[in-house]
Amino acid sequence: MSTVCASCLNILVFLTLQQRDPMLKRDGFEDILEERRNSSDLKYALRCYAPVLYKGVTPCKANMLKNIVLQSDQLHYVVNQVSQESGEAPDIIQEEASVILEEMAHRLQISTVRFFAFALTKAFKTLFQHVCVNEEGIQRLQQAIQEHPVVLLPSHRSYMDFLLMSYILYTYDLALPVIAAGMDFMGMKFVGEMLRMSGAFFIRRSFGGDKLYWAVFSEYVKTMLRNGFAPIEFFLEGTRSRTCKSLTPKLGLLNIVIEPFFKGEVFDVNLVPVSISYERILEESLYARELLGVPKPKESTSGLLKARRILSEDYGSIHVYFGQPVSVRSLAQGKVNRSKYNLFPRHIPRKPMEETQSFVNDTAYRIVRLQEDNMVLKPWVLMASLLLQNLEGLELSVLTEQTLWLRGLALSYAAFLDWPDHAPTAKVVSSSLALHRGLACVSGGRVSLVVGEPLGPVTPEEALFNRAVSVLSCASYRNQVLHVFLRPAMLAVAMHTTASSKKNEVYNCFSFLWNMFSNDFILCPGDTVQDFEEACYLLVKTGAVQMPQQDIEMTDRAVLWTLEFPKVVNKFYSGKLSCRRILSEI
Amino acid sequence: MASNSNRSESQRIAQQRLRIIAGHLQKHKDDDSGIIATECKAEANKGTVPRKRQEIMKWNGWGYSDSKFLFNKKGQAEFTGKRYRLSGMVLPSLQDWFENTFGASVNHKSPATPALNASAVPPASLNEAFVEDLKATGIPFSHEAEDRVFRAHGHCLHEIFALREGKKFERVPDLVVWPICHNDVVKIVELACKHNVCLIPYGGGTSVTSALECPPEETRCIVSLDTSQMNRILWIDEKNLVAHVEAGIIGQDLERLLNESGYCTGHEPDSMEFSSLGGWVATRASGMKKNVYGNIEDLVIHIKVVTPRGVIEKSCQGPRMSTGPDIHHFILGSEGTLGVVTEVTMKIRPIPEYQKYGSVVFPNFEAGVACLREVAKQRCAPASIRLMDNEQFQFGHALKPQVSSIFTNFVEGLKKFYITKFKGFDPHQLVVATLLFEGDRERVLQHEKQVYDIAATFGGLAAGEDNGQRGYILTFVIAYLRDLGMDYYVVAESFETSVPWDRVLDLCRNVKERINRECKERGVQFQPLTSCRVTQTYDAGACVYFYFAFNYRGLADPVHTYEQVEHAAREEILANGGSLSHHHGVGKLRKEWMKDSISSVGVGMLKSVKDYVDPDNIFGNRNLL
Repeated sequence: MSTVCASCLNILVFLTLQQRDPMLKRDGFEDILEERRNSSDLKYALRCYAPVLYKGVTPCKANMLKNIVLQSDQLHYVVNQVSQESGEAPDIIQEEASVILEEMAHRLQISTVRFFAFALTKAFKTLFQHVCVNEEGIQRLQQAIQEHPVVLLPSHRSYMDFLLMSYILYTYDLALPVIAAGMDFMGMKFVGEMLRMSGAFFIRRSFGGDKLYWAVFSEYVKTMLRNGFAPIEFFLEGTRSRTCKSLTPKLGLLNIVIEPFFKGEVFDVNLVPVSISYERILEESLYARELLGVPKPKESTSGLLKARRILSEDYGSIHVYFGQPVSVRSLAQGKVNRSKYNLFPRHIPRKPMEETQSFVNDTAYRIVRLQEDNMVLKPWVLMASLLLQNLEGLELSVLTEQTLWLRGLALSYAAFLDWPDHAPTAKVVSSSLALHRGLACVSGGRVSLVVGEPLGPVTPEEALFNRAVSVLSCASYRNQVLHVFLRPAMLAVAMHTTASSKKNEVYNCFSFLWNMFSNDFILCPGDTVQDFEEACYLLVKTGAVQMPQQDIEMTDRAVLWTLEFPKVVNKFYSGKLSCRRILSEI
Repeated sequence: MASNSNRSESQRIAQQRLRIIAGHLQKHKDDDSGIIATECKAEANKGTVPRKRQEIMKWNGWGYSDSKFLFNKKGQAEFTGKRYRLSGMVLPSLQDWFENTFGASVNHKSPATPALNASAVPPASLNEAFVEDLKATGIPFSHEAEDRVFRAHGHCLHEIFALREGKKFERVPDLVVWPICHNDVVKIVELACKHNVCLIPYGGGTSVTSALECPPEETRCIVSLDTSQMNRILWIDEKNLVAHVEAGIIGQDLERLLNESGYCTGHEPDSMEFSSLGGWVATRASGMKKNVYGNIEDLVIHIKVVTPRGVIEKSCQGPRMSTGPDIHHFILGSEGTLGVVTEVTMKIRPIPEYQKYGSVVFPNFEAGVACLREVAKQRCAPASIRLMDNEQFQFGHALKPQVSSIFTNFVEGLKKFYITKFKGFDPHQLVVATLLFEGDRERVLQHEKQVYDIAATFGGLAAGEDNGQRGYILTFVIAYLRDLGMDYYVVAESFETSVPWDRVLDLCRNVKERINRECKERGVQFQPLTSCRVTQTYDAGACVYFYFAFNYRGLADPVHTYEQVEHAAREEILANGGSLSHHHGVGKLRKEWMKDSISSVGVGMLKSVKDYVDPDNIFGNRNLL
């Protein structure tokens, strides 16, 4: 039996936000590495693995799956259509479809999975202190898998994400997911195939007009979903977020997995948001460089081998939180009239109806929001936020004091903070600084950002570049906490800007900001009023704002820190403006 | 004031004249004069159904008073009476099945109120002038509580449950009239219009759509027009193979009388023992053998309907016409909102030379549906072909009577062994299709082979005539079984839909799942029984019939829970491409979905017909719209 990860116990934050999900009650975590450290890795990799599947279906061989797809009415229809349009014989098109499928399909093999189980255990044990998972979430998932087709929707911050997901599911004897992966991985010799054999299937990054490709792809995914052969996993954000800020969701795959429900082919589909939070991201400085325009290193096996050196570093802990399964059926209740699908043959591909499109869009945002809600935040995240407000550095004691203050604020905003129990704040701060010594250093009682590696003389350009790298790296930590403060911050800005206590005027400004930032942050479409009220509620709750009747006023106590919010928001605002300026100059 | 007294004066004169006419008619009772009179009284009331239905039928349950299921002292189920094949038999497996399926126990009884409590029936609010005029016509009527209550309901679960519980009635008809011919109906409708009385036609009383329920908001006198005494075959035309029949005749009488002349209609809805020809027309009924004979809309050649505006009928009996929209289709499915169907000319066929039951077992429901689809595609469906799911298959087995001979027992065991062990069918998956072939012997055998060959390609195994026949028995006794269930805390109901072929499986699965979930969410303590069968095949789809039952111990208001679940099930059906109804109709139970089903323009069209035909809402049962 693994024991409960001590540092994680205190995470049980039972703050209930009345205006939001009343279920916002979080599970505790257990460290799955604990047991690995005390038992044989080989035995673990070779242990009996017999997961329960949806309604007890027997697992389907990869080849059989391909046949079902190739013989489906859906595909036949498109093959004939393409053949008529192009003048090619249907056989040739069908052959093309078969090639596409071959390129795409996973070939899940238990032996490969066992290999990964072994290798990853070794790697994880060196890289991370803890890998913490909420076991109640796992239990819920197990239940869901048996009852309905399940779609796993993890957040995407690192290449590690999908290996980690499969690793956890294997550990808990759950059905291994099939994972939608970008074609880039296939370029990796050997590794691509390994991933394929551990359940990844590969899709091209863009196939806009290619009807046949779309047909093969969507039918492949739907077939797996309808039959419940395996949970399907993909990243709503579409790509790894380089900034650690959740990306606005991509809808293609979500549309595909939801459609079988609308067409009555399955009773329900369960979407399971999964929040994966890294204390230190493996790709930390890589991302900052990418953001500055250094091209992304091509995924290659040799690159992977070179990256071995990361093995020597400490990346802290990982928290994986399996959220409450979201039933598409209950979400769609009253929003989408399924009988509209009655008048059209189900095998003919159609553009989703407007009603459906907005439902899927809405759902996607909600899921990403749920991911955000359950992201575990480390003390460093708060410290990084403070450091970025004081780029010239600040006294350690001030940092400690402000971090403690920010902690209180974050907690009252229901942030999912992992703050070690019973440790003095100074210790928490110093151990965080130790882990992130690549980003910040203490000298003479002052904490400041580390700027690049001063190897010999540097040109001013290089110096600037290095500084940008460390600021951006630091920002990627600050960004993790943005979702907690976003709404109150926008309200604070709105209040400053309008300099009025009329609620509706403040709301108008809030609404302007909301719209402006709707592509930068996860703001669920149509939720302006709700977000406004949530912001009011939070500011009132923390005593920053009073709301007598139709008015909204700042209290004295608020002045200090509601001034801080606008600074953060203003950064994004001015960022946006300068981008626009640059664009207009081009 | 003057005009008022004028009117009452003219009314008085009219009443007097009517009385005189009635007197004439009565005087001539023994003569042969007066065509109308003769037509009306000649050989009246030879049918099964007496005016006092309660003399032979249950007042608070299904069917004949002498036939019912009960668990005897030994705990074994038996079916009383002498009317049916199962009558007088002991059904040894029923108790086990019943207790295991529902978590019920024969020791936990929920008995019904033994007799109607007359004080629970609201007093008749009579329109005296109407009654006065009605008396003059000599048409029999009654305002006794038993007669009125009997016609205040159909056979929906909530209706029967309320009767059993002895609940107080909100609204029942105030008067029951028994016309014996078309002209009687004409008179009644005229009087109803004259006195602004609400008329509700009543045929066999087998409605399961709340169609017979009196609208509680109706303040006028409600008259139930019981057609049961209009039950003669007026003539048979062998040249054209049609028969002209009074619409009150019930299915079994119609078939029996035609059989005497060597004919049949072949229209056999499951309710045919009690449902009436007029009722079939008014609800667009469907018979089990529609593959050979057609549904009611295919069978009728001519319909006579008495409406407040007068009588609707066509001028000839041409087999098909292009004379604008077919007026028959305003009447078919009108559910008593436009008038009373009094006479129908319908197709008849010579009694088939040979009949043979059959059955096929399939490894699972999917294979069975695929086979039925193929049979429909090849257009070689037998007179009846039905596919029962596993639950219903087991249900059917629980109804096997005690077998006297060891040999039969042995053969049964062997069959079971062959199917489950040798062929590897999972007894909890396998399903059975029941078949009925009709025609001349040679052709039946040929047809049978064709169907069995198709079945074989879907993994189906012929499973004998017995199994087939048992399947059809189930449909006749199922309503009796519901009464048994209600004696032991189990409520049950059936509902149906029609759906395109490609959605049959999805619809069945989703509706069952929905029922299970809704039951759980609404606090039903025991796993419900949800079962379905595909009962009809068409070129483009099928009719699916669901049974749904659960043990209601621990529920405060089982009927309400039941209704919520059925409502959810219907929404699920509609969301999965099923229709609002295949043959039960809309009544008041499913009115709320009419607009979605036929569009608001469609509803408007029906409304405008109603407004023209019946501007004063004399036929005020408020069904359909």
